[in-house]
Amino acid sequence: MSAVVAEHDDHHDHSHDDHDHGPAKGWIRWIITTNHKDIGTLYLVFALAMFFVGGMMALVIRAELFEPGLQFVEPQFFNSMTTMHALVMVFGAVMPGFVGLANWMVPMMIGAPDMALPRMNNMSFWLLVAGVLLLASTLFMEGGAPASGWTLYPPLVLQTGKALPFAVFSVHLLGISSIMGAINIIATIFNMRAPGMTLMKMPLFVWTWLITAFLLIAVMPVFAGAVTMLLTDRFFDTSFFNAAGGGDPVLYQHIFWFFGHPEVYIMILPTFGVASTIIPTFARKPLFGYSSMVYATAGIAFLSFIVWAHHMFTVGMPMAGELYFMYATMLIAVPTAVKVFNWTATMWKGSMTFETPMLFSIAFVALFTIGGFTGLMMAIAPSDFQYHDTYFIVAHFHYTLVPASVFMLMAAGYYWLPKWTGHMYNEKIGQLHFWLSAVSVNILFFPQHFLGLAGMPRRIPDYAVQFADWNMISSIGGFMFGFSQLLFLYIVVNTIRGGTGEKVSDEVWEDAHKHSLEWTLSSPPPYHSFTTPPTVIPTEHL
Amino acid sequence: MSTSGNYYIPHKATWPVMATAGLATMLAGFANYLNGSSAGSIMMLIGLAIFIVMVAGWFTLQANESESGMYNTQVGISYRMGMMWFIFSEIMFFAVFFGTLWYTRNLSVPWLGGEGTGAATKEFLWPSYEATWPTNGPKHLVDGKPDGGEFEAMGAWGLPFINTLLLLSSGVTCTWAHHGLLAKNRDQLIKGLIATVGLGFLFVLCQATEYHEAYTEMGLTLGTGIYGSTFFMLTGFHGFHVCVGAIILSVVLFRSWKGHFKPENHFAFEAAAWYWHFVDVVWLGLFIFVYLM
Repeated sequence: MSAVVAEHDDHHDHSHDDHDHGPAKGWIRWIITTNHKDIGTLYLVFALAMFFVGGMMALVIRAELFEPGLQFVEPQFFNSMTTMHALVMVFGAVMPGFVGLANWMVPMMIGAPDMALPRMNNMSFWLLVAGVLLLASTLFMEGGAPASGWTLYPPLVLQTGKALPFAVFSVHLLGISSIMGAINIIATIFNMRAPGMTLMKMPLFVWTWLITAFLLIAVMPVFAGAVTMLLTDRFFDTSFFNAAGGGDPVLYQHIFWFFGHPEVYIMILPTFGVASTIIPTFARKPLFGYSSMVYATAGIAFLSFIVWAHHMFTVGMPMAGELYFMYATMLIAVPTAVKVFNWTATMWKGSMTFETPMLFSIAFVALFTIGGFTGLMMAIAPSDFQYHDTYFIVAHFHYTLVPASVFMLMAAGYYWLPKWTGHMYNEKIGQLHFWLSAVSVNILFFPQHFLGLAGMPRRIPDYAVQFADWNMISSIGGFMFGFSQLLFLYIVVNTIRGGTGEKVSDEVWEDAHKHSLEWTLSSPPPYHSFTTPPTVIPTEHL
Repeated sequence: MSTSGNYYIPHKATWPVMATAGLATMLAGFANYLNGSSAGSIMMLIGLAIFIVMVAGWFTLQANESESGMYNTQVGISYRMGMMWFIFSEIMFFAVFFGTLWYTRNLSVPWLGGEGTGAATKEFLWPSYEATWPTNGPKHLVDGKPDGGEFEAMGAWGLPFINTLLLLSSGVTCTWAHHGLLAKNRDQLIKGLIATVGLGFLFVLCQATEYHEAYTEMGLTLGTGIYGSTFFMLTGFHGFHVCVGAIILSVVLFRSWKGHFKPENHFAFEAAAWYWHFVDVVWLGLFIFVYLM
């Protein structure tokens, strides 16, 4: 389907259409923009800012846990920190980061002029900002920010002070934002592809986002429904999660995790997409097993809907439920292993070079696999009774989120910044950033496995002395990791302002144009990517 | 597949930011109101006003653009996909509450009554509680006797059945209007839409009467345990969607009266009709699972 662009202004009187169709002048450009690159940039900048906000909350947690005993913060505030750190990182940093990448890259990768629904695209972004602001405002309210953990389980969360309705409405806004963004991505991919760009020729990043978008539309309304019932239970006398009225608090957990499990794949599938984009470029080989990657992604997405109660093994489910959710969960290892195998096979006998994006990608494959294996351990219901709600689970999901999602967001930054800005980043500092991150992330999270197996519960500000050593090491790793990220901030700012001064070519990385369409555009690309559809579709990645 | 012509890319949009401002103000106001702040309701109204102005402005803009022929077939496909997946997200939203009803009726209420793993719970906490449906939960038992929180369940064959007939007929009139539009019979289009909107608002009126009866005569409120919670949550959100659908159809009616829409270009009508049929189907689910069973 071809798309030739037509441009018009939104101004109400069409008498003074300005014929220059570039961005608006000044700061107002960023408020009223409908351009996929502008909105992509907004998302990415916002995600980076929230990464540091959420990161500071993590450092409060790690500072408090550096030694046993209460050091710096009140237990209530500590619990607010674990809650807000999670919500900010999930809804403010990782998800918007990938939406930003989708905005920038999907139209360029499929040969489209822009996103299918540009005005709605603008609204998605600003609703996200409004939602996060509403959430952040709860930090300053009577009773403090929500302190129930990001899962917002009743009855605990119903004891939140003034913050509760704000948190609930924040979830509603974030949900609307995500649903709109997802609808836009689906419409773009289905309706805006260049002629010849068949579904099975799309770069894998586009595929993973297509599937992620379906997950978003399916589960964000579910979360919205769950928190709506929290609101009515608290303010309108309903009994959804109150056994005395015939309801059941466990019902909330079922609904939450029906959302929550696909949600964690919403954060990991685009990660897979970025890895499947970067690894072939630097291995100088086509991606191994393209179609199996597509089917594996779809398989993981499908399985994500039927495994939710593995988060609730200890809640008192009937035995049949325990067994079903245990076996169903273990199935996920199969398509995931297909992916890890394919990435490894792509690198096998490749002419590999190790620029920063590739270093992050290799670290991702190795460290994500660790996170995957610990996931498999917890899938085994009887073992999970030991791991449940300990630092083992904290270690597990941080391995799948930090050296996976966050690493690949950064890898994507290094990979595409030269394309976005037309400037080369500083490779030396980039590699320094990589090594500091890769080492410190393991110092930070690996000891948490030991703590969890030894029985240290999560979400507590104080702990027994036998946990002191590994906590101290973990905290040292945390501060190392946190401060290392300032290097990334420096590199991003520096690259935007000119980088190394080296002029980058259109394809930036050797033979990249054989893999994907964005490298056939200039660096930086024109304001409108493909005003006429491209005629040659790269197929090297197949 | 390729389409001729231009894909319309709008520029410099101001309505989306206004939509965000309206929504955020409204919700922040509502949250303040729930927390007992006096400024809350004023803030809510301001947000609502911004939102209404935004909806009017944005939709006028879209309607004018559509009428001036700026949207080609490919743009139309994007809009249709947008509407389709929006309705899918709404289905998932309703699924939560239907799922809640299923879970409580089939699992958690029987557990409270001692089934399965709930034997000890019943024995020690509420030995005299009998799991029946509808129920307002064990808290309404004092020494094994009801504490006065009696209520009457909503039957299916009074107003709810009339409402079913109303909504089903409105689905028919909506399709009849669509046939009129396709056959360039504007009279039929307008009459069909008037009937649809009329039936829609009549439904809302009946629903309001039903709620009034529930609260004043039947002792059935949001506080009537899990039965009242699920009853009002499901029918309430549905009623809200009927209102929204009827307002959308009113706008479509106004535009039809102004001479908008052509047999080959009437996305707004289609979207409104899809939405209306969706609301209709949800009602059938409600009639069966909330009222009948």
